Amino acid sequence: MTPLLSVDAVTFRYGKTLACDRIGFDLHPGEVLGIVGESGSGKTTLLNCLAGRLQPDSGTIRYTRANGEAVDIYRLGEAERRFLARTEWGFVHQTPRDGLRMGVTAGGNVGEPLMAVGNRHYENIRHEAASWLTKVEIDADRIDDRPTTFSGGMQQRLQIARNLVTGPRLVFMDEPTGGLDVSVQARLLDLVRGLVRDLNLSAILVTHDLAVARLLADRLMVMRRGRVVEHGLTDQVLDDPHDAYTQLLVSSVLQT
Amino acid sequence: MNAETQNSARDHTNNPAPDHTNDPAHDPGYNFAYLDEQTKRMIRRGLLKALAIPGYQVPFGSREMPLPYGWGTGGIQVTASVIGADDTLKVIDQGADDTTNAVSIRKFFRRVTGVKTTEKTAEATVIQTRHRIPEAPLREGQILVYQVPIPEPLRWLERRESESRKMHAYAEYGAMHVQLYESIARFGRITTTYDYPVKVADRYLMSPSPTPKFDNPKMHMNPAIQLFGAGREKRLYAVPPYTRVESLAFEDHPFEVQEWDDACALCGDDKSFLDEVVVDDAGTRMFMCSDSDHCRDRRAAGHRGGAEGAAAEALAAMTGGTDDGSNKDRAEDWAKDREAAQ
Repeated sequence: MTPLLSVDAVTFRYGKTLACDRIGFDLHPGEVLGIVGESGSGKTTLLNCLAGRLQPDSGTIRYTRANGEAVDIYRLGEAERRFLARTEWGFVHQTPRDGLRMGVTAGGNVGEPLMAVGNRHYENIRHEAASWLTKVEIDADRIDDRPTTFSGGMQQRLQIARNLVTGPRLVFMDEPTGGLDVSVQARLLDLVRGLVRDLNLSAILVTHDLAVARLLADRLMVMRRGRVVEHGLTDQVLDDPHDAYTQLLVSSVLQT
Repeated sequence: MNAETQNSARDHTNNPAPDHTNDPAHDPGYNFAYLDEQTKRMIRRGLLKALAIPGYQVPFGSREMPLPYGWGTGGIQVTASVIGADDTLKVIDQGADDTTNAVSIRKFFRRVTGVKTTEKTAEATVIQTRHRIPEAPLREGQILVYQVPIPEPLRWLERRESESRKMHAYAEYGAMHVQLYESIARFGRITTTYDYPVKVADRYLMSPSPTPKFDNPKMHMNPAIQLFGAGREKRLYAVPPYTRVESLAFEDHPFEVQEWDDACALCGDDKSFLDEVVVDDAGTRMFMCSDSDHCRDRRAAGHRGGAEGAAAEALAAMTGGTDDGSNKDRAEDWAKDREAAQ
């Protein structure tokens, strides 16, 4: 099977600091890859490189488009890359404020990606927005309210709806549950897991929370100081860590 | 810049700037049209680029003008750059020739250029406008200059200039419909009534300046040259003659212009853009054409509206045209002004 995303020797430096050191992996359709590691290990930098937001110093990222054509995303022009990101990808930010327009109603937020790909029928857009609000467990009555009147968990769910409404093939998530309390986290994770399975999405998920990784990710990549120190199936990595750092990471989680 | 370098710069062009210093038609204390020749040339270069890429915002080095930002500094600089000694200038503000802004700008150009001024749309070769496009159809050879406060139609949506420029470059305009969506969601219809965004020549999204959307259809395939100047934001843009200008809309909520239940109380026109005017202390209201020249023309042709007696006189007085456009006997005033300034 052709990988959806094929990453080879991606390197990124902030001056002398090596944030990503020759990172490579394949992501297959329908697969969820978790990237875990401590703060400052290069997770988010890597995610930004993969999502076309930060050009790596070296290395290639090849993506197989919906029409089967494989493209090197940094060989594409910026216009094409932005088009790709708009039509086939989603990006869920850690803070909903970064991914939403706070001055625009919930319906407008979910409808915007539809309008961005050329939908010009008001009733259809609104209908689609309402149905997505329901899918992410937001009352459809709130469609004309602004996200500023929403709770943190609702804002995050709204951001997810906005990202999924155009039916992307690949979603990048940067700490989607960060900053939410535990019960809200659990519901959100449940929701995301259901959506990923139902829509057969591929996703790359950055998190420092091993519980989140265990729940959502099929495979896990453990990063430390810009390097991948361990890579394998989630259960395998978490239950039988080989690398010393992964062992430390796993054992540092409070056991219940 | 001293006179010598200025002259040598002029030598590069086939059309050296005409020497107006001894021309009694305008105040000899100023260069023709107030701006220096180099500045006018810089603005004309910007305008040529703007005409070559319809709807694209060209940055330019906006100058300090002798009036505050927001009063038409951009429009004045554009007018100053394109006006010639044989042009006839008309200035309108909210459609009328006799409002403060229009009177002041017209007086300014008469003083610094000595050109003929007029209130008749058909006679003008350059028309500087704020908030309206004249009701009378424009023709080839006329230039319409708009004063623009905020040239960036994406600004309300995207505050970063770096990002809005990319959105223009890549024609990522889908988000612009969010504004219309929000309006329908809240009020059941598109409530934007002025500065209604348009797409020019099927490419660039453009702000038509705060003209009512009533005037948007007039921009489409207009035979005149339409130039836009934003002084504070330092941007020029243009719509060349016979260019497609399309107002944004949804398939199920098409673009519509305003309509009035009333007709003009003076000339009886029910097709023109009407202003609501309070005519007495009792709060009596009447509607009248916002385009004063259009209204006067119709009255001269014998059309009458519903206004009678004192009210009609009061209204007619508001739209009176008393400006003969001449510069006679003004030279002495200018000399006094200059003495007072020193």
